[in-house]
Amino acid sequence: MATHPGGLTGTRTVRTRGLRRGFGERTVLDGLDLEIGAGEFTALLGRSGSGKSTLLRALAGLDRDVAGSGVIDVPEKSSVVFQDARLLPWQHVLDNVVLGLSGPDAAQRGRAALAEVGLSGREQAWPHQLSGGEQQRVALARALVSEPDLLLADEPFGALDALTRLRMHDLLRELCRRHRPAVLLVTHDVDEAVTLADRVLVIDQGRITVDTAIDLPEPRSHRQPRFLAYRESLLRSLGVETEG
Amino acid sequence: MTASVLTRPRTSAAAVPARRPRRRLGPGRAIPFGAVLGPVLLLSLWAIGSAAGWLDTRTLSAPWTVVTTAGELVADGRLQENLAVSAQRAGLGLAIGTAIGTVLALMSGLSRWGEAILDGPVQIKRAIPGVALIPLLVLWLGIGEQMKVITIVLGVFVPVYIHTHNGLRSIDSRYVELGESLRLRPGVFLRRIVLPGALPGFLLGMRFAVVGAWLSLVVVEQINSTSGIGYMMELARQYGQTDVIIVGLVLYGLLGLLSDGAVRLAQRKALSWRRTLAD
Repeated sequence: MATHPGGLTGTRTVRTRGLRRGFGERTVLDGLDLEIGAGEFTALLGRSGSGKSTLLRALAGLDRDVAGSGVIDVPEKSSVVFQDARLLPWQHVLDNVVLGLSGPDAAQRGRAALAEVGLSGREQAWPHQLSGGEQQRVALARALVSEPDLLLADEPFGALDALTRLRMHDLLRELCRRHRPAVLLVTHDVDEAVTLADRVLVIDQGRITVDTAIDLPEPRSHRQPRFLAYRESLLRSLGVETEG
Repeated sequence: MTASVLTRPRTSAAAVPARRPRRRLGPGRAIPFGAVLGPVLLLSLWAIGSAAGWLDTRTLSAPWTVVTTAGELVADGRLQENLAVSAQRAGLGLAIGTAIGTVLALMSGLSRWGEAILDGPVQIKRAIPGVALIPLLVLWLGIGEQMKVITIVLGVFVPVYIHTHNGLRSIDSRYVELGESLRLRPGVFLRRIVLPGALPGFLLGMRFAVVGAWLSLVVVEQINSTSGIGYMMELARQYGQTDVIIVGLVLYGLLGLLSDGAVRLAQRKALSWRRTLAD
């Protein structure tokens, strides 16, 4: 497997140099260097406690209370999708989508974004009236309505059931193909990473230990022998032995 | 033997008729007109007691006497006149007190400096009964309307402050994080996240405040007053007219109940996004 230091398109969206983060005595990110190209879909795998969420929160600028150092270069327009949909319960669905927007066409754009995630007609619903998968679709619409250059997703499908998760994979891939943001998807699901990403990183003890381009024809599936090869090799680097 | 017991099908689940399923935990189904049940029961006891002669009319007039007296008071205009004066005092005190309580809660809830400077004094005020401040207020302001309205303001702003402040402080930090990730401007953050998040607390404070406004009113109107429901009752005490006193009490009760009902209605309208145990 080829290592992949740059990005697919050459122009860089994200760059970190010597990124360090720590909680008290414990070092979580240990001088991490990372580059993500424009429009590149990158998945970040790691065991729990490996620092993957810490990295995402650092890129999102949500870790002001964490001690650390290093260079972070991220685009002005970036969005975050959290593991929970994190919709404001007191705002209708459409108002949640356009929360970060301003201008006279905000509602128009919000409606279009909701249509894209298949939720036309639910604009005036309360968040609690939606299913978990629908709530996460609203969160996706909210993240993409601002046409971000970078989408940061922290295990966005972790709380969903397996069937809903598969449907969300298709939706996310479709949306990313259309809007072309660079994506950093934090996940612990190897299949999810191989299915969705152009490039998979493995983080271990605060450093990136594996950086692999995923070169598979669409549609990707478990039936492709190379899918299984990627899967096995990634599982091995995560310390999981597979049979055969 | 034991085995047969264990393998017997659980008939209890199947025997439940096809009614709307009910939550097993939680208070259960709403009783129709449940809110009036208690008061009606109390009223019936009072009526039966009076009719049977168990209640001396000098101690407690009969319900029908109270109704007749109320009719007379309305006919000669005394009731409306006093009610208007009382309502104006309570309304003015409530409005000013709510505004002060809300502004103080925002200042104290949104800034550490605000909290350091404001929270202590409000907590101290909370520990001092409103009645205890009246001598001082009379010395400062005399016995006019100003003193009365300010006494009500002092009773109102505390619960509004306490509950709004608590509402602000208990807004989920995940929503603050969301606001940061969306790079919301402070004004938008305040309008879309902070204020709606604190609204349940504010409305709870308002429920205490409206009732508190009428309570403070009673106190100020029975001291050095020449108008209002409290004055009407104080006058009746001097002439031993229990029926007039009870008209006043019923009026206070109704006013408190109605204003609390109004806030609850506003609560239901404004918080329709919530799903709670009672739903």
